[in-house]
Amino acid sequence: MSLDRSEVENIAMLARLKIDEQDVPRYVDALSSILDLVDEMQAIDTSGVTPLANPLDSVQRLRADNVTEDNQREHFQSIAPATDAGLYLVPKVIE
Amino acid sequence: MNTDSLMINSTLKQLSEGLAKAEFTSAELTDAYLQRIAATDGDLNAFITVTADQARAEAKEADALRAQGKAGPLTGIPIAHKDIFCTQGVRTSCGSKMLDNFTAPYESTVTDKLRTAGMVMLGKTNLDEFAMGSSTESSFYGPTRNPWNTEVIPGGSSGGSAAAVAAGQAPVATGTDTGGSIRQPAALCNLTGLKPTYGRVSRWGMIAYGSSLDQGGPIARTAEDAALLLNGMAGFDHKDSTSKDIAVPDYTADLDKPLDGLRIGLPEEYFGEGLNSDIAARVEAGVKELEKLGATVKRISLPRTRLSIPAYYIIAPAEASTNLSRYDGVRYGYRCEAPKDLLDMYTRTRAEGFGEEVKRRIMIGTYALSAGYYDAYYNKAQQLRRLIKDDFQSAFAEVDVIAGPTTPSPAWKLGDKSNDPVSMYLEDIYTLSVNLAGLPGMSVPCGQVDGLPVGLQLIGNYFAEAQLLNVAHQYQQVTDWHQQTPAFG
Repeated sequence: MSLDRSEVENIAMLARLKIDEQDVPRYVDALSSILDLVDEMQAIDTSGVTPLANPLDSVQRLRADNVTEDNQREHFQSIAPATDAGLYLVPKVIE
Repeated sequence: MNTDSLMINSTLKQLSEGLAKAEFTSAELTDAYLQRIAATDGDLNAFITVTADQARAEAKEADALRAQGKAGPLTGIPIAHKDIFCTQGVRTSCGSKMLDNFTAPYESTVTDKLRTAGMVMLGKTNLDEFAMGSSTESSFYGPTRNPWNTEVIPGGSSGGSAAAVAAGQAPVATGTDTGGSIRQPAALCNLTGLKPTYGRVSRWGMIAYGSSLDQGGPIARTAEDAALLLNGMAGFDHKDSTSKDIAVPDYTADLDKPLDGLRIGLPEEYFGEGLNSDIAARVEAGVKELEKLGATVKRISLPRTRLSIPAYYIIAPAEASTNLSRYDGVRYGYRCEAPKDLLDMYTRTRAEGFGEEVKRRIMIGTYALSAGYYDAYYNKAQQLRRLIKDDFQSAFAEVDVIAGPTTPSPAWKLGDKSNDPVSMYLEDIYTLSVNLAGLPGMSVPCGQVDGLPVGLQLIGNYFAEAQLLNVAHQYQQVTDWHQQTPAFG
């Protein structure tokens, strides 16, 4: 299964990855060859097989709805790229 | 006392006895390893960060605990941690530019438990970026070299941990295994590595790659050492929602059990096309030793083995693309310079912060999860995953342990496969299915091919780690492959 240029550009946008114009052909080749490798699975009949998401078929454990964590905002924000007044700063979103 | 000559080939068990008999202190032992790292890591690049000051302080604390009569078998033993475990106050990079400036604000459960047991962290070891690779070449910090031959790769992704133990820079190390990342480097560096059952070791604070596949485990010189280290790592953790609340046995308790009556299965799919014939011979010789110890051997079939490659290379990238969406330049880690707007910040931060292989896997995963392709790829891969698990379950109705090669070939030259992802993926053929099924698997040294070590893989049923360690330990009582060491340094 091979991808074309516009498909790769679309995937990159969905993944929020900027791909330079000149690198697109390289990703087209690499991703197409990986999809070729996995395409073998399309030949297998899996009708009626329940997908396995957790290898032990475990389901999410529940806990009592109690507060168990302290607020560590300053501690966690000390490693952030940009903060102010306890908020994370990003480029302006709304004009 | 000469700790230098003592330590290079010492096992954790020997060091533990030496500390108990006061032949040396943890401070002396730690200094000796730090010197060994300083003298040899220029050639190996096994460590991303060496925490010398912290190690000396922890060694002093361990010696003080011992003086108070509070020492256990791990107290005062130095260890290297794969740089995927968050260590509070210490850079935790995961081999990525994205986390080059990330000082973890909390401690992983695994490192916390080992620290509490009195172990001394020497530093953080190199790995493929975000554990995505089988060679430790994709690290932002450059490749790690194999102490058996510095022209070849040590395996990956836990290649730094394996190289460090093989070179005598540390007696034991932690690793993580998503598709073979403990077992394959252990095999290629002549070590004993164990990937526990999914849910046996807490994933809290272990940077996520494929969350339904990732498991931490020990890398050591012997099965006995791996058992001692697993005793300190395993156990239920309420902070990991997939941790299993099942009692942890003493993994050293069954080591001496005779193998009489043990039923070993040899899957025909593990000995077919693609397997190096010399590796096949070493593995078969290893199985013969187990027969001499009383085991019986049966040929079995795991018919869906080949499908583990497509299933894994959809499921792992799909989970990775989701897990790695958190790296957006907002809360921690790398942020690009002078972003024009929010989208520019996201896309450039991620383009500049991630390396090639990580980007490839994020994109494959994004594609497999995207509208219109989810059923054909992700759902299909998870159905295959069920079939692969069913194959193992049928096999375990007839045998106790499955044996085969860990890898199809010995370690390759640096650079040989780094531009060809698909050829690298094919090297994982014997290890991937174990993660897909969530089973425990081990690699044990079983000989050399052209001067490079190769491994015998042992696969057990769920939570049968003690049985695997028992088989490996008995094998190591009658063979000396695991005692062979590289001429390095």
